[in-house]
Amino acid sequence: MSRVLIVAEHDGNQLNPSTAKCVTCAKSFSPDSIDIVVLAADSQQIANQAATLSGVNTVIRVDRASNAAPLAAVLAPQVSELALKYTHVLGPSTTFGKDLMPRVAALLGVGQLSDIMSIDNAYKFKRPIYAGNVIITVVASEEQIVVATVRTASYDASEPTNQAMIETRSLTTDLPEHTQFIELRSNSGNERPDLQTAAQVVSGGRALGSTENFKMVYELADTIGAAVGASRAAVDSGYVGNELQVGQTGKIIAPDLYIALGISGAIQHLTGMKDSGTIVAINKDSEAPIFEIADFGLAVDLFSAVPELIEELKKQP
Amino acid sequence: MKILVSLKRVIDYNVRVRIKPDGSGVIRDGVKMSINPFDEIALEEALRIRERGEAQEIIVVAIGGQENQQQLRTGLAMGADRAILVETEIELEPLPIARALKVLIEREAPQLIMMGKQAIDNDNNQTGQMLAALWDRPQATFVSELTLTDGTATAVREVDAGLEVIKVELPAVITSDLRLNEPRYVKLPEIMKAKKKPLETIPLTELGVSSKNQFTVISMEPPAQRQKGVMVDSVAALVQALRDRGLA
Repeated sequence: MSRVLIVAEHDGNQLNPSTAKCVTCAKSFSPDSIDIVVLAADSQQIANQAATLSGVNTVIRVDRASNAAPLAAVLAPQVSELALKYTHVLGPSTTFGKDLMPRVAALLGVGQLSDIMSIDNAYKFKRPIYAGNVIITVVASEEQIVVATVRTASYDASEPTNQAMIETRSLTTDLPEHTQFIELRSNSGNERPDLQTAAQVVSGGRALGSTENFKMVYELADTIGAAVGASRAAVDSGYVGNELQVGQTGKIIAPDLYIALGISGAIQHLTGMKDSGTIVAINKDSEAPIFEIADFGLAVDLFSAVPELIEELKKQP
Repeated sequence: MKILVSLKRVIDYNVRVRIKPDGSGVIRDGVKMSINPFDEIALEEALRIRERGEAQEIIVVAIGGQENQQQLRTGLAMGADRAILVETEIELEPLPIARALKVLIEREAPQLIMMGKQAIDNDNNQTGQMLAALWDRPQATFVSELTLTDGTATAVREVDAGLEVIKVELPAVITSDLRLNEPRYVKLPEIMKAKKKPLETIPLTELGVSSKNQFTVISMEPPAQRQKGVMVDSVAALVQALRDRGLA
């Protein structure tokens, strides 16, 4: 008898697509039930969205003013209280889930599994280590609650075809006041597709050389309706914000099409995108490691190739 | 103020990791070992805090076998004041590691515990958060900027949506992201000096922490390899290839 609780990720208004991917992960081992908990100041709209996800039995709303910001120290005691009725507690392997789930696990006195990428049975999992260079199969004790984060790039989103029950729960858990949310600074607007869920991504690397030149990456992305990503080198150089970083310590994504412009292909970057459907690399260094994993490589100067590529793509086939 | 920084010994990030032929682990014999780069950044930040006069003592801690002395000595050479090795031959999961650190906190009463957001070997990203939970204190994870004022820390955190700013009361656990700073290079005289700094060894059993792990790794394998693709000779050929796959 396995019962799964998934902690919803959201921005206060919208459910993050990572939650739908956690549902698919949970469905893959056919548990007896899958519930989602939404912790927010006002969770109504988010709970309604969560209730549409195929495979979900109940959405639990926990509305408290202190849940307005996603502070792990505040959310963890509430999740761990709810967790006692479940065999598995899952969250996405996003910065939200990575911050929260280990805190939940420790409060429950159990370990945590990070980045599960496939499930053999309810207590047997695969996950990557060493930046994805090694895949391990791990068996968890059946005596303890399994707390885990889900590698979202390994799962498709569960379809929004459901109408699950929604129930409101009031928790009286004591919450700490030692942590205070100040602000969220975001550089990227909403006008482009979300990097983590986009079907197509165009990423730029150090070879772009400047913030000004990086606009070329945006232009190509806009031509095909893609999200924009970047290598660590491009973020370190200040061409774009950290939220665009793809790689071991940034976002791990698997779009249908990934176009890498001027990215050499350090293993830390490759681990963030090597599950993409089709990989295209444009780099003037024909020895660049990115070509080892690219489906289509073009070893030319990107400053001449990208404008030409934009023109060609605008032409109707 | 005292700062405790935990350092993990890992295979150097430049080494191409290889699995043993029997799949029982990765090859470590003759492989270069280093301080986990994220932990090195945490230590660098602690040193800068002390250099600004906001802390007096920095203690580096490692948990593992005697070979960890090497990484602790490097930490001392970077500028830490003293080192503690919690000795165990068992490779512990993050939860028992956090429990051991918690006992050290009770002994040392630091105001800040700093470590990397993740170790580049197991990529767990758990220990700091678990320690903060067991200790019932704040956590600021994935930190790229840290400011201390009047018993609080303001941390800029690298999150998926951008940069999140939080303020936490001390004592607290801070885990560092890559862009927090660039660690200093160690100079030879510092290495010589570090040999004389105190390094205390405490057996794990003395801390009263169980070394029991919860998970069992039953196999290790390389990831599925991608088929090697083709080089195209022009932008037109690339666009054609994408159209053939229905991608343009």
